[in-house]
Amino acid sequence: MTNKKIVIVGGGIAGLEAAVSLSERGHSITIVESKATLGGNVSNWHKLFPTLRDSSEVIDYLTKRIDNPKISTLINTKVENIKKNNGGFSVEANGMALDADAVLIATGYDLFDSRRKEEFGYGIYDNVISSADLEERFKAEKPITSANGSELKRVAFIHCVGSRDEKAGNHYCSKVCCVTGVKQAIELRQRLPRTEIICFYIDLRMFGAGFEELYREAQEKWGIQFVRGRLSEAAENMDGSLQIKAEDTLSGRPLKMRTDMIVLLAGMEPSCGTTALGKNIGLKQRMGTFLQPQDEHLLSNKSSIDGLFVAGTCTGPMTINETITDARSAVVMIDEYLKK
Amino acid sequence: MNFEFFVLPFSIGLVFLLGALLFTFINWIVKIEKGERQKIGDGIFTHKTLSALKEVFMESLIHRKIFKRNPLLGYMHMSLAFGWFLLIVVGDIEVKFFNGGGFKAPYYPVFFRYFEPAPHHYFGSTVFPHIMDFLLLVVLSGVALALFKRIKSSIYGLRKTTKLRLGDRIALYSLWAVFPLRLLAESITSGLYNSGGFMTHNLGLALAGFLPLQHLDVLVWWLYSIALGLFFITLPISRYMHIPTEVMLIFLRKYGLQTRKYYTSVSEVEVFSCSRCGLCIDRCQLPDAQIVKPISVYFIRSVRNNSIDSKTLYNCMLCGRCTESCPVGIDVNALRIAKREEFNIKNKFTYDFEKPVVPAHSKVLYFAGCMGHLTPGVIKSMKHIFEAAGENYWFMDQDKGVCCGRPLMMAGQYNAALQLMNHNRAIINRSDAQLLVTSCPICYKVFKDKYNLKIKVMHHSEYINYLIENKRIDVRKMDVSAVYHDPCELGRGSEVYAEPRSVLNKIVTLKTSSQEQEKALCCGGSLGNFEIQNSQRTQIRDKALNVLMANKPDILVTSCPLCKRTFAKGNHVEVKDIAELVKEAMVKANVMI
Amino acid sequence: MKNFGFSVQPPRYIDIDNFDGRILMYVLQKEPSFNICMSCGCCTATCSASNILDFNIRKLGLLLRRGVSEELEKEINKCMLCGKCTLVCPRGINTRNVILNIKKALTKIDENEL
Repeated sequence: MTNKKIVIVGGGIAGLEAAVSLSERGHSITIVESKATLGGNVSNWHKLFPTLRDSSEVIDYLTKRIDNPKISTLINTKVENIKKNNGGFSVEANGMALDADAVLIATGYDLFDSRRKEEFGYGIYDNVISSADLEERFKAEKPITSANGSELKRVAFIHCVGSRDEKAGNHYCSKVCCVTGVKQAIELRQRLPRTEIICFYIDLRMFGAGFEELYREAQEKWGIQFVRGRLSEAAENMDGSLQIKAEDTLSGRPLKMRTDMIVLLAGMEPSCGTTALGKNIGLKQRMGTFLQPQDEHLLSNKSSIDGLFVAGTCTGPMTINETITDARSAVVMIDEYLKK
Repeated sequence: MNFEFFVLPFSIGLVFLLGALLFTFINWIVKIEKGERQKIGDGIFTHKTLSALKEVFMESLIHRKIFKRNPLLGYMHMSLAFGWFLLIVVGDIEVKFFNGGGFKAPYYPVFFRYFEPAPHHYFGSTVFPHIMDFLLLVVLSGVALALFKRIKSSIYGLRKTTKLRLGDRIALYSLWAVFPLRLLAESITSGLYNSGGFMTHNLGLALAGFLPLQHLDVLVWWLYSIALGLFFITLPISRYMHIPTEVMLIFLRKYGLQTRKYYTSVSEVEVFSCSRCGLCIDRCQLPDAQIVKPISVYFIRSVRNNSIDSKTLYNCMLCGRCTESCPVGIDVNALRIAKREEFNIKNKFTYDFEKPVVPAHSKVLYFAGCMGHLTPGVIKSMKHIFEAAGENYWFMDQDKGVCCGRPLMMAGQYNAALQLMNHNRAIINRSDAQLLVTSCPICYKVFKDKYNLKIKVMHHSEYINYLIENKRIDVRKMDVSAVYHDPCELGRGSEVYAEPRSVLNKIVTLKTSSQEQEKALCCGGSLGNFEIQNSQRTQIRDKALNVLMANKPDILVTSCPLCKRTFAKGNHVEVKDIAELVKEAMVKANVMI
Repeated sequence: MKNFGFSVQPPRYIDIDNFDGRILMYVLQKEPSFNICMSCGCCTATCSASNILDFNIRKLGLLLRRGVSEELEKEINKCMLCGKCTLVCPRGINTRNVILNIKKALTKIDENEL
């Protein structure tokens, strides 16, 4: 059956891709986005791993295709609740109630707030920034310097910030931060060829196509150093530079290092939209408040409630290509559901 | 000479009890180390003895502390203790007046009503029976309340009451039986001879109506004597040993004896002074995490029975809430640490450090502490405050800092801690600073209590208060409300309550919480507890947060880096250290200039 | 004849088949969270003692789990029990209790109770 009404919660890449694909199957789509612009987290990125292609290529491809009479978009609109209604659903947002035959939740992730790791000094020391802050600086095409404008002689990247950490409340691995770190290290070296870069990791998760090659390139071509040891705390010197305390576990010795900047590779957490919606509707959750699909392997786009589908990082950390693939798979599931 | 066979149970019991007490007390005193024992001799003819007597009256008889906690509970204890005390005293006076000062056996006043049942004319004979009856009534009301407490402890403000063992039960039941039996015995005798006070006389007449009093007379007196005898015999092995021991403890304390590093004879006295009243049970926060065995009353019992197990011994926060509520003021923390010393582990410590760092010339030493380094926000704020006040300070443990030693002490490794203390003390003594400021209450307590430093020690909240009062820094009030959490080591541990509040009142709107100052809750992060799991600490923390945030302040303020870290992990609560708030208030002041 | 320093040394390999697991078993029984250590090194990084002495708690823990405990007795007493390691461990291991129980196990072995 075609021309069913579908509401997609979240206008990030998962939502956008699913919207286009569903509209091509003849359905009417409403995208509800809580922020002012579409594109989600990806629109904040500058270059994407592993090829370092421009993020705008992906965003433009997706946003262009929603310019389509079957897709309407509501921005600055937050979905508060979704209730069952006459065999379908009623989506309550900003005082409105939208009717839908099926709903796709694509509310995505938020970056872990590094201020919660007080001992790393984010928000306390001027020269400690997050991976998102660094990406913003790349995007703005500004020269990358220390807080007071002086040259960066050395930069340290810290992996697993807010992930795999009982103290931060997140036991899971956020998957993409390792390769992000390697990518950003390379990008930094491209801009600052004389700057020494050292990455502090616990395990290097280079799982995807091209990732291991990127790691090799980082070492081979760009001379980036990797130390296996988790940062315990950072202290500030008089001149604003930072002191790192870690252990070089592979050599079995404590390591101290003065560095001009620390970049924290912050992990993924379910976005506040994902968490709130999950709680309000009563969806099953996993890894904290990410949404749990009905079946891990076979029904990864169905939520615990029939007719409510999930796609993208609202179910857990994913790469961009995985997210887009996931969105397309959700489209097939939704289409099958609506045919019944 | 008046004698009946039924006085034997009582007399034998009494002789046994007095013998046991004498033996035990002498044993304890002999075992006290000579230097400490000297203090008793030194203090015995001073005002300290009078002070001790006063405290015995106020606490052991009147139970003033328990009254403050809950009036009904206080009345219950007072009626039993003071009531019985008066019964004995007034009974003795009565006998003296009757007898004109002649010698009478010790059991005579106890069974006076039996031996002299008929109304007599002696000085006060019209009044004494009524006084005695009144006192007996008071004691009986106490017994009734005690019975009821076993059934429903909530009306006494207690959620739970102590679980009893066999020895305690026998002593308890015989004690409960004593006074009703006395009432019965005296009433029956009064009924037979038409004598007695307002209660015994009337009860006796009522009983005479349907009971063959002549046959029951001696029987009930036998029962009364047996109850007393049984109580006396079981007293030394039951919780009621606290009655005489508590008195001894009060005297020893006044003379300056206490549990110090190791478990000594004085510690034994403290242990036996525990009445198992159970007031500590509700105070302890471990039950919030379903942990019950380490609660003070059960711990002390396990010490007494020599049945401590290591897991329970190390499962205590050492927060001090139990001692604060103890009517006898038993220093349970000291007892636990002393026992941990025994349990321990031969420490072949090898703290051969490099030579102590040479201090820079300064007026003030700043010691962030091990925990302080994990809350850099506090360190940064303190640096800002020092600089704004133009203080010449030296950051003593900025690099290569050595732990203050208190965590080792809490683990029962005092001798190892001494090594650390010596190292730090060498640095401090070598410095020309006049003041040591620390950010961590754990360090503060040990610097003040154990280090014997020549210079003054302050916690940073005290120091900030001093700076503000001497107008060396300027702060303005911010539009934010806060509630202050007293850290265990700073509050109960060091009695610093006023200075942090004085500072906070100048910079925020301070809200109160129901459990503050001496009654403040522990955050759950304590280093004193080794066994507790993280999930259990979380439960304790969450309960404490509920109480603290009950008045919905904007933020939670504390003055301990460990408390700060512990609370910051909880449920999106904004936690700040007092130094961080002061820095914000200062920046505001500068902006206004 | 020049002495090149070649001599027969006792084998340095980790022998999983032949190790004395008394201390390890004792510690794991008392503090089961020790099982989930991933050797990230955060504990050693923050350790107060390793800052001023040659002391590596991650390594000692790892070697213990591999059955190597020769140095343990000499080294473990360098710990000041300050608690920083427990506060930073990402796996949530009660490292302080692990150390305390290592010390207890060593004492018991000394007194022939284990």
